[in-house]
Amino acid sequence: MRQSTLALNAVAILVLSAGIAATQSDVAQLRSAPLAENAEAPPMRAQMDTDLRQVRNYPEQPPVIPHAIENYQVDLNANKCLTCHARARTGQSQAPMVSVTHYTDRDGQVLGAISARRYFCTQCHVPQHPDDPAVTNTFVDIDTLLAEEAARGAQADD
Amino acid sequence: MKTFLKKFWAAMRLPSTHFSLGFLTLGGFICGVLFWGGFNTALEATNTEAFCVGCHEMEANVYADLQTTVHWNNSSGVRAGCPDCHVPHNWTDKIARKVAASKEVYGWLFGTIDTEEEFEAHRLTMARREWARFRANDSLECRNCHSYAAMDFAEQSQRASDQHERFLATGERTCIDCHAGIAHRLPDLSEQARGPASFDDRMPFTRRDGIPGTRLQVYLDGH
Repeated sequence: MRQSTLALNAVAILVLSAGIAATQSDVAQLRSAPLAENAEAPPMRAQMDTDLRQVRNYPEQPPVIPHAIENYQVDLNANKCLTCHARARTGQSQAPMVSVTHYTDRDGQVLGAISARRYFCTQCHVPQHPDDPAVTNTFVDIDTLLAEEAARGAQADD
Repeated sequence: MKTFLKKFWAAMRLPSTHFSLGFLTLGGFICGVLFWGGFNTALEATNTEAFCVGCHEMEANVYADLQTTVHWNNSSGVRAGCPDCHVPHNWTDKIARKVAASKEVYGWLFGTIDTEEEFEAHRLTMARREWARFRANDSLECRNCHSYAAMDFAEQSQRASDQHERFLATGERTCIDCHAGIAHRLPDLSEQARGPASFDDRMPFTRRDGIPGTRLQVYLDGH
């Protein structure tokens, strides 16, 4: 038992070090410097501040924040987002109200105020940066999927 | 007392018997210069950031707050220090504020704020005092640098220019009404802390809507 564990460990170390060696030589990688060196950090970009709502990729997606939220305070003391997005404030701010799903607890019980579990906005809602992602996202939304399937169906019928 | 005043006045009316005219006039002039210069120097010395953060309660709390905000670090490299916002620039108002600030010396002497906990306990009261002052003078200390007339709406985001046009231009709101918490972290604005009766429509985040208060604390403790 003990010996076989040792042998397994040895094999694992061999495989891992081979993997590291491969990464350092010819495998496509995102690091701009060798593993043992610190890569230069890419510059930080300002948050996008267009105020134009972005399309959601699927209906349940938490909408992304189309404006800068740098230094917005969201903690036990106060919540800056709710200055505009709270139900009572939307009249003046003309901002979209916090969705009604935020007013229920985890048992589906309707509450008079925002549920504590939905209070920290940036757990789900995030601002955007004008960056080219290093790894592109291959997500395909349902409309595209259905259209492709319909096209395939039409081809099969021919 | 009355006789003393009478005698004093009589003496003041008499010509000098021991001192020369030159001594009195030049001496008076020099003393005046020294007094006024000294007064102004002391006033300016107490009007610097270094003086403000000389006390640990300022350095450890409000100064640390400031260093995370846009008034400390920003793209144009202009920085606003303590007196820029907390001491009026107009002379008479400045003197009035300095006199009022003598109360803060008592706080320092008696150690009203010695710990972070004590600071947090007083934060709401102190913040409210400053908000009230800014509202009363129409955010004068903001406007020393930021003037509505000088704002380029094309440079602002659509959202910002809309709000400024709607609320600032009409005088319906003043800067601090929306920008409270721009230079320091906001105090506990939950109903438990501020009391349900003190709802203020102009203050951000003071509705039940926004502040779950103890329920939030319970939730956080459970995680």
